[in-house]
Amino acid sequence: MNETIIQVRNFKAAYEGRTVLDGLNFEVRRGEVFVILGGSGCGKSTLLKHMIGLYPPAAGEILIKGKDIAHAEGEERRAILREFGVMYQSGALFGSLSLLENVRMPLEEFTSLPREAMNLIAHMKLALVGLGEFCGYMPSEISGGMQKRAAIARAMALDPELLFLDEPSAGLDPITSAELDELIVRLSRSLKITFVVVTHELASIYAIAGRVIMLDKRTKGIVAEGRPDELRDRSENPWVRQFFNREAKAPA
Amino acid sequence: MQYNAMSMPQTPNAVATCKAAVEAGALRIALSGRLDADGAATVWDEAVRAARGHSGELIVDCGELEYCDGAGAAVLIELQRIAMQREQSVRIERFPEEYQRLLNLFELRHFLQDEKVEPQATNFVVDIGRATANLLTDLYNGVSYRGELAVELWRALRHPRQTRWGEALLLAEKAGANAMPLVALIGFLLGLILAFQAGAFMKEYGAELYVANLVGLSLLRELGPLMSAIILAGRTGSAFAAEIGTMKVNEELDALHTMGVNPVRYLVVPRVIAAVCVMPFLVMFANLFGLIGGGVVVLSFDYPLITYYNQLFTSVAAMDLSDLLTGMFKAVVFGLLVSAVGCLRGLQTKSGASAVGDAATSAVVTGIVLIAIWDGIFTALFYALDI
Repeated sequence: MNETIIQVRNFKAAYEGRTVLDGLNFEVRRGEVFVILGGSGCGKSTLLKHMIGLYPPAAGEILIKGKDIAHAEGEERRAILREFGVMYQSGALFGSLSLLENVRMPLEEFTSLPREAMNLIAHMKLALVGLGEFCGYMPSEISGGMQKRAAIARAMALDPELLFLDEPSAGLDPITSAELDELIVRLSRSLKITFVVVTHELASIYAIAGRVIMLDKRTKGIVAEGRPDELRDRSENPWVRQFFNREAKAPA
Repeated sequence: MQYNAMSMPQTPNAVATCKAAVEAGALRIALSGRLDADGAATVWDEAVRAARGHSGELIVDCGELEYCDGAGAAVLIELQRIAMQREQSVRIERFPEEYQRLLNLFELRHFLQDEKVEPQATNFVVDIGRATANLLTDLYNGVSYRGELAVELWRALRHPRQTRWGEALLLAEKAGANAMPLVALIGFLLGLILAFQAGAFMKEYGAELYVANLVGLSLLRELGPLMSAIILAGRTGSAFAAEIGTMKVNEELDALHTMGVNPVRYLVVPRVIAAVCVMPFLVMFANLFGLIGGGVVVLSFDYPLITYYNQLFTSVAAMDLSDLLTGMFKAVVFGLLVSAVGCLRGLQTKSGASAVGDAATSAVVTGIVLIAIWDGIFTALFYALDI
């Protein structure tokens, strides 16, 4: 259970010469729900985009199952890409494809399953996120919460051990957001999927998070790491306490 | 993310196997190895074929499974589905305990019916009816949009302070000044080619000097406005459609509506004004460079430049102001048509990324069709009116 699945070492991210994050060290263990936390603009999404290999780090390295995605190419890169699924902030479902076709797409790209098998697997994944009845719908015909669930189904198409979720609860009402949290917990328990979740939603953090790291704009690094209740109750850092207590100003 | 071009779907480490054998009237399908997506791909066809080819009891033996994920679960569900559809009894035996939870996630009854993925096929009559309805709605929308645009343009002229002239100027720069090099190039080549093709032939009759009149007249009356308008449709009409279409997809048009701002007034009017204002300049530019292109050819026939000039402007067959003005009139109308239809296609954009592309394509196509139709009408009209 304590096996490391992602390792981040001395990671630095820079955007157009401006350093966004610097000196990050942490690891994600197999089977946990790992939450990356922080205020707006602190580099949460940047970190996630580096972890999934969209950008190479300015310094340091990110290893997924011991493999460095930033410098892998061709077949090697494809093999790493197959290990994880990603749900993007807005869902990023392909608007010209139905939900079933969206979920089927990674299967078409990575496997040689017959068409009927792909359809069945895609249908099963959609059923898993509660959208079994909506296979033929287009993304524009369903609500935002359903789009996010469909995006999770697509991320799970290849049964990855690792799922990255970018702001799963952004733009959703508390009930839909809670349903999504429940889905994450259920998948994590039943399928032993490791989740890396970027969020700033306090309610979700308590519901899902096993371990949390908190990023800070000022230090460009990790200000706190641990279980959410620990951070709330025991953190020495005023900013962390401010965040967990939802206060506009830091306590004097 | 980049994918390797040579990496087509393949089964690198598929080690799942499927053995089917009939024992005492029951078909026993033994699955073994790693039943992941690759494994499922190797055994799928064989297992399904075996199950379909047998009419008695079905036993799926999973005792030798090393690993099973969602794709593996799909194999089991498919086998059960086949059996149930044909009312055979089916049993899964020795399924590994550790993967039981995975299998429990899926309720079989949800998957019993085949999913209808492909859109329903329609018949010929429905297609024709739908196309007619679309055509009529399109016509209706077009008419109401043109009415609205006319009202708003009139308003803009009566209340010039409320019109976004700054925006119009910026758009005019993009649609006009930035298009000058392209218009000049096309105009020059048009004049050159026209003069050259005609000149080679007319030389045999000793009439090569009249190339000047041919080039001048056809450019001013027809080709200058036509080519400039087609360039406007390709460069600017499509840009208008894409820009407004993207705004529509991003709900920016809805935002304008809720702020009480009429999108036609706010977005379309400045664009139409910009396009209408730049068209005469574009056409003048195209004409000028076209005449220069013609001049180059006439020079190559060993006539001095002054002869070309005189032939164009002072001879009996010289161009007069009415030729220029009819061309300019066409230019203004084409500018109006192209920009208005570009904006209309933008406003009509449906949702999704491909819709924006469709809107841009449709803006160019409709723009060019309108140009062709109206050019024909004008030519007939000017001929009848003897202008």
